[in-house]
Amino acid sequence: MSDFLLELRSEEIPARMQAAARETLEKLFRKEMDNAGIALDEVTVWSTPRRLALIVRGLPKATAAVNEEIKGPREGAPPQALEGFLRKTGLAESDLSARDGVLYAVIEKPGRPVADVLAEAIPAIIRAFTWPKSQRWGAASIASDSLRWVRPLSAIVAILGDQLIECEVGGVRSGFVTRGHRFHCPGEITIGGAGDYAEKLRAGHVIVDHAERQDLIRAGSARAAAAAGLVMVEDEGLVIENAGLTEWPIPLLGRFDQTYLDVPPEVIKLTARTNQKYFVCNDAAGKLANAFICTANIAASDGGAEIVAGNRKVLAARLSDARFFWEQDRKVPLAQQADKLERITFHEKLGTVADKVERVATLVEWLASEGIVPGCDPALARQAAQLCKADLVTEMVGEFPELQGLMGGYYARAEGLPDAVADAIRDHYKPVGQGDDVPTAPVTVAVSLADKLDTLARFFAAGMPPTGSKDPFALRRAGLGFLSLIVSNLLRVSFRKLLLETGAASDFATLEDFLIDRLKVQQREAGVRHDLIDAVFALGGEDDLVRLLARVHALQAFVGTEDGTNLLAGYKRAANILKKEGVESTEAIPLSYTPEPAEKALIEALGAAGPRAAEAVAAEDFAGAMAALATLRAPIDRFFDEVTVNDADPAKRLYRLSLLAQLRDAVHGVADFSRIEG
Amino acid sequence: MIQPLSFQDMILRLHAFWSAQGCLILQPYDMRVGAGTFHPATTLRSLGPTPWNAAYVQPSRRPTDGRYGENPNRLQHYYQYQVIMKPSPDNLQDLYLQSLSEIGVDPLAHDIRFVEDDWESPTLGAWGLGWEVWCDGMEVTQFTYFQQMGGFDCKPVAGELTYGLERLAMYIQGVDNVYDLAFNAAGVTYGEVFLKNEQEFSKYNFEIANTDQLFEGFKNAEAECQACIAADVPLAAYDQAIEASHLFNLLQARGVISVQERASYMGRVRDLAKGSCQAWINKNADQWAQDFPEWSL
Repeated sequence: MSDFLLELRSEEIPARMQAAARETLEKLFRKEMDNAGIALDEVTVWSTPRRLALIVRGLPKATAAVNEEIKGPREGAPPQALEGFLRKTGLAESDLSARDGVLYAVIEKPGRPVADVLAEAIPAIIRAFTWPKSQRWGAASIASDSLRWVRPLSAIVAILGDQLIECEVGGVRSGFVTRGHRFHCPGEITIGGAGDYAEKLRAGHVIVDHAERQDLIRAGSARAAAAAGLVMVEDEGLVIENAGLTEWPIPLLGRFDQTYLDVPPEVIKLTARTNQKYFVCNDAAGKLANAFICTANIAASDGGAEIVAGNRKVLAARLSDARFFWEQDRKVPLAQQADKLERITFHEKLGTVADKVERVATLVEWLASEGIVPGCDPALARQAAQLCKADLVTEMVGEFPELQGLMGGYYARAEGLPDAVADAIRDHYKPVGQGDDVPTAPVTVAVSLADKLDTLARFFAAGMPPTGSKDPFALRRAGLGFLSLIVSNLLRVSFRKLLLETGAASDFATLEDFLIDRLKVQQREAGVRHDLIDAVFALGGEDDLVRLLARVHALQAFVGTEDGTNLLAGYKRAANILKKEGVESTEAIPLSYTPEPAEKALIEALGAAGPRAAEAVAAEDFAGAMAALATLRAPIDRFFDEVTVNDADPAKRLYRLSLLAQLRDAVHGVADFSRIEG
Repeated sequence: MIQPLSFQDMILRLHAFWSAQGCLILQPYDMRVGAGTFHPATTLRSLGPTPWNAAYVQPSRRPTDGRYGENPNRLQHYYQYQVIMKPSPDNLQDLYLQSLSEIGVDPLAHDIRFVEDDWESPTLGAWGLGWEVWCDGMEVTQFTYFQQMGGFDCKPVAGELTYGLERLAMYIQGVDNVYDLAFNAAGVTYGEVFLKNEQEFSKYNFEIANTDQLFEGFKNAEAECQACIAADVPLAAYDQAIEASHLFNLLQARGVISVQERASYMGRVRDLAKGSCQAWINKNADQWAQDFPEWSL
């Protein structure tokens, strides 16, 4: 048994690609070994910016010999068939054996040295490797089919036990030699094998285990922050990214000029994070502090003083730009910025952003004045709508598009606009996807709802719904947001009426189906059964989503009870009989005979429960409606136990069918139980 | 403490270094361009199989970056140091790092990093993979392995280095304002040489440039480029593509190109650049194929 080490060294691999590259390497290696019949236990894969490494313990010296049985012709088949088979297998007729009238040949495949298997597998893995983006390089790239890798591949180390696995791919030959840290240890390092690899690299200032580097960054930055009396703002994505950018990570804390804290903290965090990959820190009170933590890739000769000074200067230049934007933008009132929206196309078929803003403003005013969003002041709502996109033309949002909305909110407050307006501008993109906060402030709700409503109605009316995995205008997200706003805020309105009010079209059948579908997706996350939503929608006419969901919730609670389950079973039995008998409508048939006791009980129960359920539904007391239905459960069970529907007397048979039809009607007054699964 | 290099000495050191690596030391191209990549010594020479190693300084104009000389690190006219090596040598990263040492950057005192940054020039129909090189968190160089130019595969691939000279000099000299840079070792500053240029050209780019004439100039350059392509003089055609590209940049700075029009103008410039590259290839392909039998388009 021997341990195996593979290192693929290259120029710097993008940090964001390293995790997937480790998975790919393991997967391709396992596949090659599996094909050769070599069983593997644990495979260790590591990455740094400059290398991918794989270690496997306990590989056998050789693969096991296997006997492979090949099925030949039938016994007594024409001689040509037998001759062909013998030629193909290189065997004599005496080597074949018969079983169940068929001839079989057994081919012995001797074991192969694992070293040979690996020598073939390594070039195959490298050639089969997939990167999100790959490149050609060097003299070999004069040919179209030259090797591709994420960046130029420099060297391969492949050692089984202490034996070199000799292989070559794209002009790169395997060897024992790797290199350490680019600056601390630029010379060659000779590796003995899997056993000394990590330690030799560590001596060469390379921590090859990415998880260990991540730990060092997490702990080191927290320590640096604590030493300065601060708390690092945790950011796992940044930990992983910095570990992917360093082989010898050293977190260093620096300070920036206190006066930059005038700039909104979101801006400082964003520029520190995205542009510079720095962690930020909070003070003891939880407010953003004037500190950053960068992760250097060297243990600098001066302890990092120059590195911190350099990084501070770069951050200062960025914050200075941000402050410049912050100051410039505030010189122009949002209303004036909004005028520039005429220059921005919303979509070539749907006009400019200015056009959209005007449509949204009209909708918002309507939502407020109709009382659809309770407590919403129409004038404030209109003002907020007119300004909600104005920050798109500000310098700050031009630089940091992620800050749209947020900056508009800051600028609105800075020019003294009412809080309701500033809040609405800030939050009108919300909710952005499932799990995001759903606005509750009336003006915000109105603007957010109108914005999404306009987007949905216009894109669907222009024939651009999402298709398959393609949703370039994020309409699914807009749909979910639209529904969340209505449902969370209990907005009592027909969503069909909302769509029509946009004036984008006179028929929204596709969009309605789309929204119902989105509603099911959204409610599934909340544990609501989609078949129950169908059962209520199937009644037709229900387009008040709040009422619809109240009914669905009551229904779900009911079908979860024993009464509900049994009533559903009784209903289904009744419905099946009615279907078989072709009874579609309910006719009132006078009772012309003396009913059996169980029959009488059902007549009475229906007489009471039907009107009670209908009344409760009218009063939107859906739990009450379910309770009324629950009273039918015992009588219907008893009815099926004791009464024969298919009586020889046609009068009895007809009357009993009409009873079942009445039951169906009573149940359908609450929901179409035929849509309920189970 | 050794006196840090002046702006001009830094350029001289880079010239000496890259000359020793076998690069031709060329002069700037005599047209207004947005980046060193536009120099035909990079654009056209990166096509075809013939080895090509060159280095040069290229004045670069970005009209929209003008700040009237009031911003300490934004300029509408600045210098790039450009190195192009085809095919890309296996030790290009090492050569680059040596060049940094040559101009006084100690990699054990400063944190030098290769951070993913793929390069794409929509107006040149070109792209490549590489990094922005960081020195203590500041981007000092763009490092690219060209994969396509003018829409054609680079065979073989060229390695391109683009140093931002002012940034590097500010870094080496420890200066926070570009205008305070020592241009030479005898007390002349960058500001003495260029501050007036920045003031006047910012004003020209943003306020004065006659947009009717710019639009007219764009159309003329476009027509001239097409005529040159038809006349099989690709080098002359490419000049006109460069001209059109710069006029487009000026029109952008004047704020007279709408978002919708922008894409269409960029497409027109790209067509000119691609057409010039195509004409260059057409004119040379036979010779290339003869000299390099393993090469094909």
